[in-house]
Amino acid sequence: MSVLVDDDTRVVVQGITGGEGEFHAGQMIEYGTNVVAGAVPGRGGEEVHGVPVYDTVSRAAEAENADASVVLVPPAFAADALFEALDSPVDLVVAITEGIPAQDMAKVYKRLSETDTHLIGPNCPGVITPGEAKLGILPGNIFSSGNVGLISRSGTLTYQVVDNLTDRGLGQTTAIGIGGDPIIGTDFVDALSLFEDDPATDAIVMCGEIGGSDEEEAAEYIDANMDTPVAGFIAGRTAPPGKRMGHAGAIVSGSGAGTAESKIEALSEAGVPVGDTPEEVADNVEELL
Amino acid sequence: MRLHEYQAKEVFAEAGLPTPDAELAESTDEVLAAAESIGYPVAVKAQVHVGGRGKAGGIELAESDDEAREAADSILGMDLKGYTVDRVLVEAAVDFVDELYVGVTMDRGEGKPVAMVSSEGGVNIEEVAEESPEAIAREHVDPAFGLHPYQARRAVYDAGVEDDVASDVAGVLSTLYDLWEDSDAEDTEVNPVMVTSDREVICADAVMNIDDDALFRHPDLAEMEEAAAEDDLEAKANEYGFDYVRLEGNVGIIGNGAGLVMTTLDLVDYYGGAPANFLDIGGGAKAERVANALDMVFSDENVDSVVFNIFGGITRGDEVAQGINDAIAQFDELPKPIVVRLAGTNAEEGMEILNTDALDVEETLEGAVQKAVEHAGGESR
Repeated sequence: MSVLVDDDTRVVVQGITGGEGEFHAGQMIEYGTNVVAGAVPGRGGEEVHGVPVYDTVSRAAEAENADASVVLVPPAFAADALFEALDSPVDLVVAITEGIPAQDMAKVYKRLSETDTHLIGPNCPGVITPGEAKLGILPGNIFSSGNVGLISRSGTLTYQVVDNLTDRGLGQTTAIGIGGDPIIGTDFVDALSLFEDDPATDAIVMCGEIGGSDEEEAAEYIDANMDTPVAGFIAGRTAPPGKRMGHAGAIVSGSGAGTAESKIEALSEAGVPVGDTPEEVADNVEELL
Repeated sequence: MRLHEYQAKEVFAEAGLPTPDAELAESTDEVLAAAESIGYPVAVKAQVHVGGRGKAGGIELAESDDEAREAADSILGMDLKGYTVDRVLVEAAVDFVDELYVGVTMDRGEGKPVAMVSSEGGVNIEEVAEESPEAIAREHVDPAFGLHPYQARRAVYDAGVEDDVASDVAGVLSTLYDLWEDSDAEDTEVNPVMVTSDREVICADAVMNIDDDALFRHPDLAEMEEAAAEDDLEAKANEYGFDYVRLEGNVGIIGNGAGLVMTTLDLVDYYGGAPANFLDIGGGAKAERVANALDMVFSDENVDSVVFNIFGGITRGDEVAQGINDAIAQFDELPKPIVVRLAGTNAEEGMEILNTDALDVEETLEGAVQKAVEHAGGESR
């Protein structure tokens, strides 16, 4: 079992004719992902890696029965691509693009709330169910199939932690890079609930970082709703305070939340062991299983 | 990108917000001339990107030529939290009876814009938010519709703003929202909005931060950018376009992705060392960018060793390895020891081309960090 994606997932790649789109569509196909179409305005009728390209996402979804989209479109056009995917509609949208203006994302987020679609990202490495499908830019070779679910705000930190897990035989059901932007689709709580409902996931790793209060909210959710054990990691303990904290942003949330200490404390109180190093996270998972 | 107060005030004034008469000045003579044309009393305000200017001595009131000269002499050239003041804004001082806070930002938790008003302005508003959050009225905004006028009014009344100025303050909030939206701002803020004894409402301060990711849509605002760097290294980082923060330690850190770089910092600390910097080369970095990163870290005299931690996803190991080779090729002998850890996409290809004669190569993150800490003379547990 897995969450969000498996070997039945039929994927359309938005932006497949671009440099990153073409490279990573190829990598996804090589991994065994069912990439069934590309969608690029004005490029309908072409083929990339033997996959047909359509002018619109809805045409691609209709012609090829696609139910998921991976967005590898430059930031200036990404919000439009996301609106298109949400309107096509597909069940899952994975937005890899980094640097989408925050106000664009607020509008996308509003639209998302009116749909049943799952949005992963933006500014994320994607989603992978090892051995079945990867939607995104994750290096497939470090993942292995198993019973640990993984959720992370940081792409490269995901790889690091997975590497530590895989190294000692702790395979993964699904790994979800939820992205580090201020406004994202699926957050920790959404992803935790998906894993909680997945019988094949016996333990979960959640990797957070400083900023925002998503980890604190996740801790509350874990305490109140979760049976599956969770191990945590928080990056940024040594980050200098006040370096990149907006002025008004701090007023919104009051204060206190957002620091590594606050997140580690909240998680610890919810019974989540927080490792000092990625290696220790793997130790903790071993103990939880 | 943060606008200086004088720049934000220009934008605000153009949008119809009431701002005091003001002129920018770079010398004592210019301050005196500005004060003359504006009329005393004036406020002389340092134009640097730091908070709490007033408390730090960066804002002085002047009621005469003598006081204006004194204020100019003390502020121009002063060091304000690491920044040298080379310009001041000379502004008509407002005779106020009340100070309010008005601001618009993105509430990341809600994924929505939020408009805020408080009758407790003119003070450290973060402290107000922490100690008495109820003193700040907040209205969340549907980004598809913008701030409705009734929401602006509700916020103003909820904040307890006095009735006779309520509609003017609501107008300030509405305009700030429109500016926020039109300019892709992260926040637009006025603290304080001053209420005069004549019951006039004046924006005595102006804060405006633009979303860097949206600058492509605002070439006019992008032109206003004045890179404010604390030192030469940060200036260099701006030039190269790196996310870079200088720290106190001696282990230079280069990596890809903020989460992994932060983790590398944390591990250096954990293993008894002290990070000298945070440097994220970002996703998909090419060889030249990697070489620039090494150049940056080598330029920091405090650095005694460098750990280069790359876990490729969109970044490719062979590109990184080529960049490292290019960067070190210019040295007969490396100025500082470099420990490289390369994993992920095309890491094997990278390891094949990496010039391992000149470098320490470690397979694990933990190993690489410990080695770099040792090289820097730190302990390693």
